[in-house]
Amino acid sequence: MHSERAPLALKIAAFAGLAFLHLPIVLIFVYAFTTEDRSYQWPPPGLTLKWFGVTWNRPDVWASLGLSLKVASVSTVIAIVLGTLCAAAVSRAKFFGRESISLLVILPIALPGIITGISLRSAFNLGDIPFSTLTIVLGHATFCIVVVYNNAVARFRRLSGSLVEASADLGANSFQTFRHVILPNISTALLAGGMLAFALSFDEVIVTTFTAGQQQTLPIWMLEELVRPRQRPVTNVVAMVVVLVTFLPILGAYYLTRGGTETAGVGK
Amino acid sequence: MVASHQGLAQRVSDAFWRRPRLLLLVLLLPPLLWLGVVYVGSLFALLVQSFFSIDEFTGLINYEVTLKTYAELLQPANFDIILRTTLMAASVTVAAAIVAFPIAYYAARYARGPMKALFYLGVMLPLWSSYLVKVYAWKLILAKEGILNWMVEGIGASAVLNAVLSMPVIGGGSLSVSYIGTFLVFLYVWLPYMVLPVQAALERVPQNLLEASGDLGASPGQTLRHVILPLALPGIIAGSIFTFSLTLGDYIIPQIIGSSRLFIGQAVYAHQGTAGNIPLAAAFAVVPIVIMGFYLWMAKRKGAFDAL
Repeated sequence: MHSERAPLALKIAAFAGLAFLHLPIVLIFVYAFTTEDRSYQWPPPGLTLKWFGVTWNRPDVWASLGLSLKVASVSTVIAIVLGTLCAAAVSRAKFFGRESISLLVILPIALPGIITGISLRSAFNLGDIPFSTLTIVLGHATFCIVVVYNNAVARFRRLSGSLVEASADLGANSFQTFRHVILPNISTALLAGGMLAFALSFDEVIVTTFTAGQQQTLPIWMLEELVRPRQRPVTNVVAMVVVLVTFLPILGAYYLTRGGTETAGVGK
Repeated sequence: MVASHQGLAQRVSDAFWRRPRLLLLVLLLPPLLWLGVVYVGSLFALLVQSFFSIDEFTGLINYEVTLKTYAELLQPANFDIILRTTLMAASVTVAAAIVAFPIAYYAARYARGPMKALFYLGVMLPLWSSYLVKVYAWKLILAKEGILNWMVEGIGASAVLNAVLSMPVIGGGSLSVSYIGTFLVFLYVWLPYMVLPVQAALERVPQNLLEASGDLGASPGQTLRHVILPLALPGIIAGSIFTFSLTLGDYIIPQIIGSSRLFIGQAVYAHQGTAGNIPLAAAFAVVPIVIMGFYLWMAKRKGAFDAL
């Protein structure tokens, strides 16, 4: 008879694993309040709220945050449009090359980011395209398509074909069917995919280092600080805020796709 | 006006209905154009450049097709980089599988209700939280004045740590400049990518198979070895695709936490940047593609893609 209680060793290993995943993130929160500003001293000699004010008054932090939000929004919109089109085509028909299309969509994140990055950079160089916000968006949208695609494909599979036929029988044309039947059914999946795409773009650094010119997105700003630490307390605060900002879309996507067979984040 | 607009929509709609291929083409064209031009076009541009070479005297690119640049990869200094990166990717993958299995197994078999949600979000949140923030957290942890050294001193194990750090190859001046540090950060950052597919594979193991194994007299250990592990293997391989590929291509973690010896990603970055040797950078970038191509081919034969 199989017992429903887990062996103690398994339980310990599982929870230790979860703790391993979370303690470093918790540590970030503690460091945001430390009074120490020259080293990473543990335990913190004292706690203060001072650095939040200092960070608030930093124009460079605001500028890179603004650029990151802009890039993430535009890339997300492009990814939603292209990912949905692709998912609609792949789920509605069997055709020659269907498998290759899934592969093509997944490729930009299956291959290491540095390859996507250097490919785009050399292509921009060959085509004499100056590095700008546009080139950052080109890169981000490319690897964001897949998360929208994954969510949309899963939902299209559950969407019964008879609904679409019924709509046509009742006299609706394709556009009306899309607007009134398909869109309401897939909207939460698109929203979830869009949120994940936003989080992915907001956080991306590897491809961005290759496709950005002089502009700094927030991750690029963080990277500069990691390589050459100058304002440790400000970095601590920014790191904490970034964690909080990325948690929101993830929790949102989780609640939107909960109960479905698809899992929102699988295959990031 | 409204009527003619309605008429146009209707006519387009009718055309789509009569010729489904047309609709398919309209749906596929924008994404295929984007991915084909922006992505595949760029990949191709990169691939082409790896067959050029650089003139050693002028430093300019010589646009004649040659395998000379690939031959350079086999020079000891460059080959060491490839070997080092592949070994690191392999050890991170093995360690990730070992650490991930209990989490995935508990979540798949024993966690129910709120506990299940806790495990799901508990893996999902670290997976999606900022990569740089995670690396930064480890910079804080591994720093000389940081929490790990503080704990090691607290339990009086400094001698043990120093002994480990004085070992050749894996050791170093401190944890943050040793391969152990690089390894720990890689393991931490890619672990969720291993947990999810393993859990997905374990969720699909039927409960009655385990009962049958027990009825036939197998001990829990034997059931684990002969029933559960083989069924979890496709999931482990699927996860290893992520951990392996991500480690192969990463250039930020070894730059921030680790010794100054280069990994493939850093070599690509250095050669395309300051050195201006685009052909060699391109050839280096082809290495992970080839290794991953081989890896994916092996994984496909083991049926790992069903677990993704």
